[in-house]
Amino acid sequence: MITTTATRTTTDTVTPRSNPVRIYVTEARHEFLKLIRIPIFAVSTIALPVLFYVLFGLAFGGDDAGGVGRSTYMLATYGTFGVIGAALFGFGVSVAVERGQGWMRLKRVSPMPPQAYFVAKVVMSTAVSVLIIGALFILGPTLGGVRMPAAQWISLGLVLIIGALPFSAMGLAFGYLVGPNSAPAMLNLVYLPMAFASGLWIPIHQLPPFVQGIAPALPPYHFAQLALGTVGAAEGGSQALHVLVLLAFTAFFLTVAVWGFRRDEGRTYG
Amino acid sequence: MTTTQQTHHHPPTSRETSVLADLLGASKQFGKGPATVQAVSGLDLEVRSGELLALLGPNGAGKSTAIGMLTGLTAPTSGRAHLFGRDPRDVRARRRLGVMLQASGVPQTLRVSELLTQFRGYYPAPLPMAQIVSAAGLDGLEGRMFGELSGGQQRRVMFGVALAGDPDLVVFDEPTTGLDVESRRGLWATLRELSRLGRGVVLTTHYLEEADALADRIVVIDHGVVIAQGRPAEIKARVPGRRVRAQTSVSVAEASEWPGVVRASREGPWLELLAGSAEPVLRALLDLDPSASEVTVTEPSLEEAFLALTSDMEETQ
Repeated sequence: MITTTATRTTTDTVTPRSNPVRIYVTEARHEFLKLIRIPIFAVSTIALPVLFYVLFGLAFGGDDAGGVGRSTYMLATYGTFGVIGAALFGFGVSVAVERGQGWMRLKRVSPMPPQAYFVAKVVMSTAVSVLIIGALFILGPTLGGVRMPAAQWISLGLVLIIGALPFSAMGLAFGYLVGPNSAPAMLNLVYLPMAFASGLWIPIHQLPPFVQGIAPALPPYHFAQLALGTVGAAEGGSQALHVLVLLAFTAFFLTVAVWGFRRDEGRTYG
Repeated sequence: MTTTQQTHHHPPTSRETSVLADLLGASKQFGKGPATVQAVSGLDLEVRSGELLALLGPNGAGKSTAIGMLTGLTAPTSGRAHLFGRDPRDVRARRRLGVMLQASGVPQTLRVSELLTQFRGYYPAPLPMAQIVSAAGLDGLEGRMFGELSGGQQRRVMFGVALAGDPDLVVFDEPTTGLDVESRRGLWATLRELSRLGRGVVLTTHYLEEADALADRIVVIDHGVVIAQGRPAEIKARVPGRRVRAQTSVSVAEASEWPGVVRASREGPWLELLAGSAEPVLRALLDLDPSASEVTVTEPSLEEAFLALTSDMEETQ
């Protein structure tokens, strides 16, 4: 039934050695599989920003925003909206659900490197981001007549992918602060108003003045300004400052996440 | 105690070392202040290669906490834990360990083969997939999602996960809970096979029957302390073998003083005694109360006997 000592030696030479790269690849692949096999996630996270872009960025057409065509402006803002959702929910909900599960305890007693778990989640939410960005980048030029030099397409895509990282940290922090059942609702309560007030749905300069006053305190505002910067539609203000603010937010949320992780360890692993 | 811990030393490597894991005066408490729960107090435990060790105790006895300390899930509040001579949280120690825990909560949307592949990947020399599948009785289930499986099938997947790394030490926290009789027998056979191949096996159970059928050594734990340990025969010798019932006016206090009486209780006119053997009890009973009637002598179930052993401890504490 179980291998004898003799056959065991032979299987040692036949079986490939565990290599760290393979562990990371498998973890990431399984993170992604877990996700896409729950269609509700794919639908809400991927379809929502795409649908919003079609409705508000393309269907209305019309006015320019920030000195560029509306469909170009909103490509940046709904791209921002989409990747933030992927990062927040990809991290927040799954960590909230999985922490304290028997499966995580089993991983803890296995020789899996703990960072593989987090790297896999970054890869997974980045993959979802790429799907969202891909869909928007197809719709923009085909339906919205968006025309940009290749360099701008590439820099917008890169800014959207990298800019999602602070929101992965934020999702992680939420994952350790809220329970598995309340996680999706809590995240939406933060995500949707924050997206609106940061000018991700309606161009920031069209928002009421007091909302425009709040925006600089919100991380998505700074992310959106970086994305808009790549298409030449930023509000002004230093791009370096936006980067600094996002780095500070990342540090803050990572600190909260580490605190939550430690608190959890004492509680759950008892 | 501290001196013993320091002199107690295992070379870190090699399969020749017979002690695979140990706890030395390990205590664990949860919570702070008045809410403190002392889960385990000063536990000494040694797991040897080729040995099938059963931790036997009722729910809440501290078995899972002991397992948690052995496997590095939780650090002892005081005392020491070693796994292959190292800190149990050391990755090098964990490469030789397989664990099956009680708690569920496995991703429902991954297939059995995917879950096993994932765990095999963590170990330098995993068991071939086909061997895991046959040892855990998962034939034909490889392509199924974990969430579609029955409770017993899910337990078997977890068993397969424990074997994935071809471990030198396997630790099972109540492995047969929720399994049907057939699965339980199959799992017992696999555990015996593992032990026969020189692997160390630790399991927790609250069935004396299971510990007796499987283990080379039984450690009985209750309220976080070891109350008895030894070979199954020795443990059984310590638990009462006879139950005597009679209608009598003899009080519980009087009967408790009789030779071999482990537990005495009263239920209306009935006096019930658990004792090592019946004859001395019957002699004392009829001496003190010649009018005692309806006397019966029966054999208590193993569960009852075990309960008597633990409640005996409570009284003497």
